[in-house]
Amino acid sequence: MSALLEVRGVSVSFDGFRAINNLSFAIGTAELRAVIGPNGAGKTTFMDIVTGKTRPDSGEVLFGEVPRSLLRMSEAQIARAGVGRKFQRPTVFENQSVFDNIMMALKKPRGPFSVLRFRASKSDRTRVRELADEVGLAPHLDRISGELSHGQKQWLEIGMLLAQEPRLLLVDEPAAGMTLGEREHTTELLTRLARTRAVVVVEHDMEFVRRLNCKVTVLHEGSVLAEGSLDHVTADARVIEVYLGR
Amino acid sequence: MRHPSVLIFLSCLALFTVAVTVMAQAGMVSTSFVKTLGMTLCLCLVALAMDLIWGYAGILSLGHFAFFGLGGYMIGMWLMYARTEGIVVQSLAGSPLPATPEEIRQGIGTQIFGVVGGSDIPWVWSFAHSLPLQLLLVVLVPGLLALVFGWLAFRSRVTGVYLSILTQAMTLALALYLFQNDSGLRGNNGLSGLQNIPGVTAGQDRVSVWLLWASALALGLGYILCSIMVSGKFGSVIRAIRDDEQRVRFLGYPVEGYKLFVFTLTAIIAAIAGALYYPQAGIINPTELMPIASIYLAVWVAIGGRGRLYGAVIGAAVVSLLSSWFTGGRAPSIPLGFYTINWVDWWQVLLGLTFVLVTLLAPGGIGALFGRGR
Repeated sequence: MSALLEVRGVSVSFDGFRAINNLSFAIGTAELRAVIGPNGAGKTTFMDIVTGKTRPDSGEVLFGEVPRSLLRMSEAQIARAGVGRKFQRPTVFENQSVFDNIMMALKKPRGPFSVLRFRASKSDRTRVRELADEVGLAPHLDRISGELSHGQKQWLEIGMLLAQEPRLLLVDEPAAGMTLGEREHTTELLTRLARTRAVVVVEHDMEFVRRLNCKVTVLHEGSVLAEGSLDHVTADARVIEVYLGR
Repeated sequence: MRHPSVLIFLSCLALFTVAVTVMAQAGMVSTSFVKTLGMTLCLCLVALAMDLIWGYAGILSLGHFAFFGLGGYMIGMWLMYARTEGIVVQSLAGSPLPATPEEIRQGIGTQIFGVVGGSDIPWVWSFAHSLPLQLLLVVLVPGLLALVFGWLAFRSRVTGVYLSILTQAMTLALALYLFQNDSGLRGNNGLSGLQNIPGVTAGQDRVSVWLLWASALALGLGYILCSIMVSGKFGSVIRAIRDDEQRVRFLGYPVEGYKLFVFTLTAIIAAIAGALYYPQAGIINPTELMPIASIYLAVWVAIGGRGRLYGAVIGAAVVSLLSSWFTGGRAPSIPLGFYTINWVDWWQVLLGLTFVLVTLLAPGGIGALFGRGR
């Protein structure tokens, strides 16, 4: 299996604090991966580096079949190359309707001039409706998204991510604040998505990770501590020490 | 049309223009009042630009009057040059030998730059003899300034209050530069006599109505342009940038490109508004580019209601007309016995209070009284 994303020997420090320390990580084109680790292990910084928000001090981040470095690309270019990111808190544009939110995310030319000329075609509208249907927001298309419940906003954001058609999906704590039923729905959706693309889920809820039933990478102090099935890593003495020691 | 408010606005504007024209013809309103109304329309246009950049894209520019002033200077150069040329040619016509082009140039130079102790025509006036070229400069000079300034500021991710301060510095620096006699634009004298359109023999009563129509046309077109920009997906994206620009980047939109586009476009709209304003005002000097003017612009838009195009127009019209009424000495003073409230001085206080109250109590401004917000 060839790698879609490959992170090689990446380090970054903030004011002398090494947030990421010689981290190496790879994920295939159609794979579900959970990244776990205690607070401060560098999970969010890892996502920031891949999405271009943070520049590493050293190392290399390669993406795609013909590997391209993401380090010289802007956030927007990385997003257009096919990296989607779901934030921990739902971040949707609260002043705009559910329809407009999804329409903005729909995979289309992103430049100001093409957007200025853009007129939504019938198939665009149908696509937005399908996506809304998929995340259970079809009855709410015309509502201002600020009025939605917390869970609905999470789903809207997921719908927006689907609209972007990313090849790599970075998902930060998707289960946070969700009810049991919503969690099951999320698990099912993430598993299904991972059949056609790479999905990285950052999570510290072990129960949720177990449901995902996938390979797990454990981060600690900015580098990989262990990797393998959940049972394998939870049996690892160093992982036990990091999680339960101290 | 998807937006009935555009049609309503355009009808109101047309009705207003026709009504003022008829009243001017009947002698019911003075020429100077027609000019005031025409100038007000130009201020409404620059307020539209401000609403687009601030109300929709969330960039609080406190320097857009620099572009307005530059537009005025650019048209003013042609107005002054061409008129002076006419006067010089006429006065030299009496001499026994026909005047050489060199003599004419010298005459123009002495006429225009005598006040700053010079007679040479500075290089910035190279195109002043040609109306088409100078009209091009109305768009190009402010447009390029906005493009370069915006590119530098946005690519460094300068946002919020820091960007506002930077735009203030820009307009202040430009004003201070223009105050210098060797800026080539007559220092603090500015350009004057702009109400006289070269080659036009009609009286000011006619010219004022023409300029009113030109201003109304520009405002109408500007309104249509702005409403196209804020509706549809482009409007969605710029409002999204206003609310959470980092998130927009992660959607794949080049945020800096959008900001630069809107900044430059609004600078050009402001410049066109300025180019129509100053022939009605008759004079432009560097004071017009001082930061306070741009702050007033923000106040108009805030009072009128940002994020609504008609709000900006209402705000600019109401506040600027009230302002000229209060400061024109026509508002009756209020004697309190121990103190007399003189509106020329107290208008600023009233405006400041209104601004604070609107910001605190009615963030939607006057425009919010008319419709649903977004």
